Amino acid sequence: MAVPTLALPQKKNYINAGSGLKSWLLTTDHKRIAILYLISISIMFLLGGLMAALIRMELLTPAADLMGSDDYNRLFTSHGVVMIFGFLIPSIPAVLGNFLIPLMIGAKDLAFPRVNLLSWYIYMVAGVMVLWVLFNGGLDTGWTFYTPYSSSVSTSEVLPTTLAVFIMGFSSILTGLNFIVTIHTMRAPGMTWFRMPLFLWSMYATSLIMLLGTPVLGITMLLLFAERVFGVGIFDPALGGDPLLFQHFFWFYSHPAVYIMILPSMGVISEVIAAFTRKRIFGYRFVAFSSIAIAIFGFLVWAHHMFVAGMSIHAALIFSLLSYLVAIPSAIKVFNWSATLYKGSIQFSTPMLYAMGFLGLFTIGGLTGLFLSALALDVHVTDTYFVVAHFHFIMVGGAVMGYLAGLHFWWPKITGRMYSETWAKLAALITFIGFNVTFFPQFIVGFLGMPRRYHTYAPEFQVLNILSTAGASILAVGMILPIFYLTSSLWSGKRAGKNPWGAAGLEWETESPPPQFNFDETPVVTVGAYNYGPVEDKIG
Amino acid sequence: MAHIVPVRTYLMVGLALILLTAITVAVAYVDLGPLNEVVALAVAAIKATLIVLIFMNARYAKGPTKLFIFMGLIMMAIFMVFTMDDYMTRQWTLFTQP
Repeated sequence: MAVPTLALPQKKNYINAGSGLKSWLLTTDHKRIAILYLISISIMFLLGGLMAALIRMELLTPAADLMGSDDYNRLFTSHGVVMIFGFLIPSIPAVLGNFLIPLMIGAKDLAFPRVNLLSWYIYMVAGVMVLWVLFNGGLDTGWTFYTPYSSSVSTSEVLPTTLAVFIMGFSSILTGLNFIVTIHTMRAPGMTWFRMPLFLWSMYATSLIMLLGTPVLGITMLLLFAERVFGVGIFDPALGGDPLLFQHFFWFYSHPAVYIMILPSMGVISEVIAAFTRKRIFGYRFVAFSSIAIAIFGFLVWAHHMFVAGMSIHAALIFSLLSYLVAIPSAIKVFNWSATLYKGSIQFSTPMLYAMGFLGLFTIGGLTGLFLSALALDVHVTDTYFVVAHFHFIMVGGAVMGYLAGLHFWWPKITGRMYSETWAKLAALITFIGFNVTFFPQFIVGFLGMPRRYHTYAPEFQVLNILSTAGASILAVGMILPIFYLTSSLWSGKRAGKNPWGAAGLEWETESPPPQFNFDETPVVTVGAYNYGPVEDKIG
Repeated sequence: MAHIVPVRTYLMVGLALILLTAITVAVAYVDLGPLNEVVALAVAAIKATLIVLIFMNARYAKGPTKLFIFMGLIMMAIFMVFTMDDYMTRQWTLFTQP
């Protein structure tokens, strides 16, 4: 098999530091582990995308064409589980965070390199379990595993899936722990907290949620397991339990999990906007603290997923009010990024195109979140396609666009090769158009009353569904294109210098790809992040 | 450098945990009314505290580690307070029924 030459004629780097499968599977190098994660989550993303394609094909007509309700239940559940637990949660932290945190703080590796590798193995075990479930009957509870259906009714593969999610949680906890300890203890001389790039602040905030929230998901899965296997009455009313208690437990983690997905993207956007406007991020400290504020507020809003579930009106009022609060730090970020653009030397390279896409789509996703925080309006749109559109604007328009922005921004650093800007810009444009055509009609069809999670629907909704499916096929092209031009860049891409974008930051001061221990000498930091001077000084 | 805890301390704590487990089991056979839950939860809390402080070395931990353990407790408090708010106010209505 041909092996990509990458930067072989250059000096030793992390890719050619060892050869053979064993050197990859037993590596403790954070950069190699990031590559292992990149391959694994890409497989998950492709699988989840394939399921989304099947969902959209089924919804092309109002009748059941491809499958019945049972298969459809299994399909959207698998799409949710694979995309959320297999792709979105690990995506930026495990790939870009793993690769970049030590480089950005001037360290040789993460604080616990072996724990880092362990977290990947744990992820793989859980990932294989999820795939096993997919090919052995599947799960039909929805990714939310709501009781009492999941605990006492469903005959699908509830136990292996909950066990897989429980195991996958440990991977997340270990990654978060590793990042927190690394950022606390391994910063290079002079790298003070307020000299750190904002990507690190967002990774720190994300790690807080991973560390403090994920154990609750583990406990929830264990309680569900205990009720289903041993008949311990926790959630089932027939056994003296309360089904809403499950929803409290589940959303206590799973709402903050939304911020595990979006906060890292916000960090990427800060880096990309600074680099392609050649300016320091406007209101650096506000943007930094807004990440921490989002992490904290994120833990106080979970029951807005339960407004129509039978919760008390008093609690609903409090959660509605608190949910609005999250808009404040989110808006601080959006306004500060916009202010950074003002009078900047804006350059629309591929990462910047994705970042601009993020800015618009995340804003729409965030604003429609305010609709859902309003108690009265939420009653009208709960469990409709309005909610589906809202969270896809956050998770795809926000998290995935941010991931793609970051992947394109740091790809030259990771591989030492440049990709085709023409193809990449085209893919970014196709993705943006495809995304909007797919999901904007879902706001309308949801507001008109089309419920989610059904494979059939009223005929008057067909036009909007056709539009959505057409958009999905455009989006699919936008998602598949990067596989080709990024992969081919490994063989035929132009060699990237240390700093092809002329960006500021320690990661751009070392070779591309970086050497095994990142820096030949420990760097000493004397200036804050985003110290942009004339362009010619930096491009190399 | 991590604080070295004498093996004797571990053994003593291990013994205490076994004794506390025995108390939980024994109390389950005695009808104390609503106090059964109180006793069971109190014993469980003491056991958890012993494990965190001694086995997990939290007693000898430095500032940031203690802060994160404290944050874990805050998380638990947030979860319990808000969830109980739902349970305790489900009978409340905004308007009196005619």
